[in-house]
Amino acid sequence: MLKVQGMVTSYGNIKALQGIDLHVPAGSIVSLIGANGAGKSTAMKTIVGLLKPDAGQIIFQGQEIQGLPAYKTVALGMSLVPEGRQILANMTVLENMEMGASQRRDAEIDDDLEKMFKRFPILRERRDQLGGTLSGGQQQMLAIARALMARPKLLLLDEPSMGLAPLVVADIFQVIQEINEQGTTVLLVEQNARQALKISNYAYVLETGKIVLHGQADDIAQNPRVKEAYLGGTKRK
Amino acid sequence: MFWQQVVNGLTLGSTYALIALGYTLIFGVLGIVNMAHGEVFMFGAFVGLLLVTTFQLNIFVAILGAMIVGCLLGVILEQAALRPLRRRSVSHLAPLISTIGVSIFLESLALRIFGPQAQAFPASVAGQLLSIGPLKISSVQILILAVSFGLMLILRFWLQKTRIGKSLRATAENIETANLLGVNTNKIIVMTVALASGLGAVAGVLVGLAFNAVEPTMGVTMGFKGLAVLIMGGLGNVTGAMFGGIILGIAEVFSVAYGSSSYRDAVAFGIIIIILLWRPQGLFGAQKGGH
Repeated sequence: MLKVQGMVTSYGNIKALQGIDLHVPAGSIVSLIGANGAGKSTAMKTIVGLLKPDAGQIIFQGQEIQGLPAYKTVALGMSLVPEGRQILANMTVLENMEMGASQRRDAEIDDDLEKMFKRFPILRERRDQLGGTLSGGQQQMLAIARALMARPKLLLLDEPSMGLAPLVVADIFQVIQEINEQGTTVLLVEQNARQALKISNYAYVLETGKIVLHGQADDIAQNPRVKEAYLGGTKRK
Repeated sequence: MFWQQVVNGLTLGSTYALIALGYTLIFGVLGIVNMAHGEVFMFGAFVGLLLVTTFQLNIFVAILGAMIVGCLLGVILEQAALRPLRRRSVSHLAPLISTIGVSIFLESLALRIFGPQAQAFPASVAGQLLSIGPLKISSVQILILAVSFGLMLILRFWLQKTRIGKSLRATAENIETANLLGVNTNKIIVMTVALASGLGAVAGVLVGLAFNAVEPTMGVTMGFKGLAVLIMGGLGNVTGAMFGGIILGIAEVFSVAYGSSSYRDAVAFGIIIIILLWRPQGLFGAQKGGH
């Protein structure tokens, strides 16, 4: 579904991504793990078009999309749940969700809203409350619901577990799994590697802008290097 | 006497509110102060005047015409003075300077085309005084109140309820997020500047009618008042601009009626200073005072 080849992205003189290759097959959950500053978020932002790559190709459903602005990649079927959730704090929960469907003109928007409220009952309760008044976990659910309102074929999630209590994290990961089971392909960026690898089919390990390792999620989880660096096997100084 | 002054204050204040709305819409979305807004306002006044005098058109058509010309000026302003700077992500001061450039250009252009002297609307537009109980209200006042409150209501409704209005609010809150949600934010920005300028141009015609004088320098003072209202109401806050404008208008009218006309601006701006000391973020501004 998504193929990235030799993607290079820089901020000024600093090359945050030094030519990475990714492959996300339809129907799968692929995760991209790595430490802070490895370039995970940069990769996500470049894929959806918030950043322009210096080189490389991004192919989504057979179409080259590198350099397209974000609002166009949304129309093609990609939605990013951004790092830090970026809820529109001064708009209501309902309005946030409506904004997710801002490009849709079909008649099924209300049905989809209803579906989202069914999946996330708390959002129905808070429907008319301002987005900024929600707790972190609720905001994450809203961010996911909002992204799903665009009916994406590929859902990209950037650090969905960030700053959330362990119980809430488990909830979020379960939701991600359910969404995937219902046919949406997922590309997941996480620092919480253990959780991410548990639900993924395939994983890439990113270090200082390069892919250093990739493979089936189970194999990656067993890899001694990954264990040490990301799963807290033996603590490094 | 008191209620008479309230009506006069509301009339003046509603035009201030209309001007301030233009500032606040642009500030909300782009985070910049558009220094050319006062001159767009002045241009609107001249276009309205021209349509009424030279083309002998109805005042409503003239207001509509001024609005359209204002919107066009807004599009040009955005393309010429704002977009090229936004692409290079320069400091916030750069668009301030570039819009000052546009304002000087527009003022000089108006001097060249319309001449320096103040011009008045024909007496036929001014209409007669109506008496409602003890109140005396001119048809021009009714026109000003109806047009400005009408536009404010429409704007509020449009921002709250329509798809584009919501996209505008989302863009104002966070351009990147709006983009991610599928909003073509560049289009929204052009539209915002056009809309703001259109409102400014309408305010120009209304103020031209109210004072019965249209001149190339009228944009400067009114521009500053609009700016004061922008800050008093809370930067980027639509409700704040509406209430702020009306407060300033009523304060001015009352200081003339019960004090002396030479202290008019001193009283009005004194009130603004007091409000800001009490609420530095503006009447309706966010607690943090930032954007």
